[in-house]
Amino acid sequence: MIELSDVTKRYPGGHEALTSLNLTIQQGELVFLTGHSGAGKSTLLKLIAAIERPTTGNIVVNGQNVGRMKRPALPFFRRNIGLIFQDHKLLYDRSVFDNVLLPLHIQGMTGSDAAKRVRAALDKVGLLRKEKTRPITLSGGEQQRLCIARAIVSRPALVLADEPTANLDDAYARDIMDMFRAFNEVGVTLVISTHDQELIRRYGGRSVHLAYGKLVAT
Amino acid sequence: MKAWLTHHLHSLKIAAQRFRDAPLATLFTILVIGVAVAMPTSLYVLLSNLDRAAGGVKPQVELTVFIKPDTPERDSQAIAASLAKQDDIARVEFISKAEGIKKLEAAGLSDITAGLAENPLPDTLVITPRDNSPAALDALSSRLESMDATQRIVMDSDWIKRLTALMDLGKNLVFLLAILLGLALAAITANTIRLQIYAQKDEIEVAQLIGATDRFIRRPFLYYGGIQGLVGGITGWLIILLGAYFIEHSVAQVAAAYGASFQLSGLSPTELLPLLGLSTLLGWLGAYFSVNQALRQFASI
Repeated sequence: MIELSDVTKRYPGGHEALTSLNLTIQQGELVFLTGHSGAGKSTLLKLIAAIERPTTGNIVVNGQNVGRMKRPALPFFRRNIGLIFQDHKLLYDRSVFDNVLLPLHIQGMTGSDAAKRVRAALDKVGLLRKEKTRPITLSGGEQQRLCIARAIVSRPALVLADEPTANLDDAYARDIMDMFRAFNEVGVTLVISTHDQELIRRYGGRSVHLAYGKLVAT
Repeated sequence: MKAWLTHHLHSLKIAAQRFRDAPLATLFTILVIGVAVAMPTSLYVLLSNLDRAAGGVKPQVELTVFIKPDTPERDSQAIAASLAKQDDIARVEFISKAEGIKKLEAAGLSDITAGLAENPLPDTLVITPRDNSPAALDALSSRLESMDATQRIVMDSDWIKRLTALMDLGKNLVFLLAILLGLALAAITANTIRLQIYAQKDEIEVAQLIGATDRFIRRPFLYYGGIQGLVGGITGWLIILLGAYFIEHSVAQVAAAYGASFQLSGLSPTELLPLLGLSTLLGWLGAYFSVNQALRQFASI
């Protein structure tokens, strides 16, 4: 599903975030990206989601060469990926419901079909009762769950999560990991970056360790 | 099709919401656009009114030949008759001394004429040439000049030529002003849209990350720019109406002083609609350029 070959990412100014990385992730896998902060975990996720382009090397996702994709093709590519951000990136000027509706809206889905899907996604993350509230009134864990609901509402085959549990206490973190495992069990490929070794030990799955932009162990 | 329509309606709703969110800023922007629209348009209205006031006066050249005072009227008439037969002359009007004085009296100058011992006016021929080109006119006037009975020739086309030239100048000015202020209108819109884009930065970023096309992001801004242009255009029109209302009275007074009745006319529907269309289009274009530039800047790739 995801294949990186000899991928290097150098930022303007010379900092090399990833160096000659080779990695293959199969469909349906649950993969943890680990490593110290600055090891290149976020960069790797951004490259897979085509938010950034590799300096050299190839990244193929779903048979598409992401690095060479033309700009007009990017939105359609990203619709197949659920993105979960450490800082949630929620929109505070609209309700919980409308936040989750946005991806469907972008894809041209409206009306009762869309509403049904939004409610199903909110139900999965346990926020159904809060659909009318504003995200700002939610706790950190709830905001992260809302971000997850938004990522899965369009039923993507691949979900990328960047430090989804970083700012959460243990109970919330476990909540969220349980959710991820449930998605994985229905066939969703998940790539989750974290530096929480305890979490990985508890949940198993494949773990890919990065250090200073290089693959250390998978 | 239905999804497409809902989409557009939604974009329209977002645009309307943004107007509501910043009513004061919106009001000012629309006023500025209104003034920008009103300036060339009011000049245009002024000119078309002038054109109408001078209406009926075609730039038709007439040559007036004053006959020497000692020429008998019979001779003058004979000259008129022979001139009328010439190929390059369309019409000859003979005005005798007596008719001339009557015309002056009819024009309300009887006080002056009554005080005169004898009629000082000469017999007069008013000649309308067939060919109005300067070369033909020169030839004709020198031929008339060389006649023995000719005292003096006056070509009274000059003021009409000047008026026509002034009107042309005015029209060019309107055109130039319209271009400049049209540019200003687009720039104003581009600027307000830019501010909005920065206010909406998070939303645009998130939308891009979860697969929004440029078109999707652009649409509400385009609606905003178009609506702003349209409302600005209407405001400009209202400014002109208001201005016309204020000067109407003095225009009527001036007209009355000239013994004429004259009604100011505003924009006709066939002028108003293109004006509003143009201001909408310019607002839309300003928004388009602004959003495109921002999209290129934001795009993470």
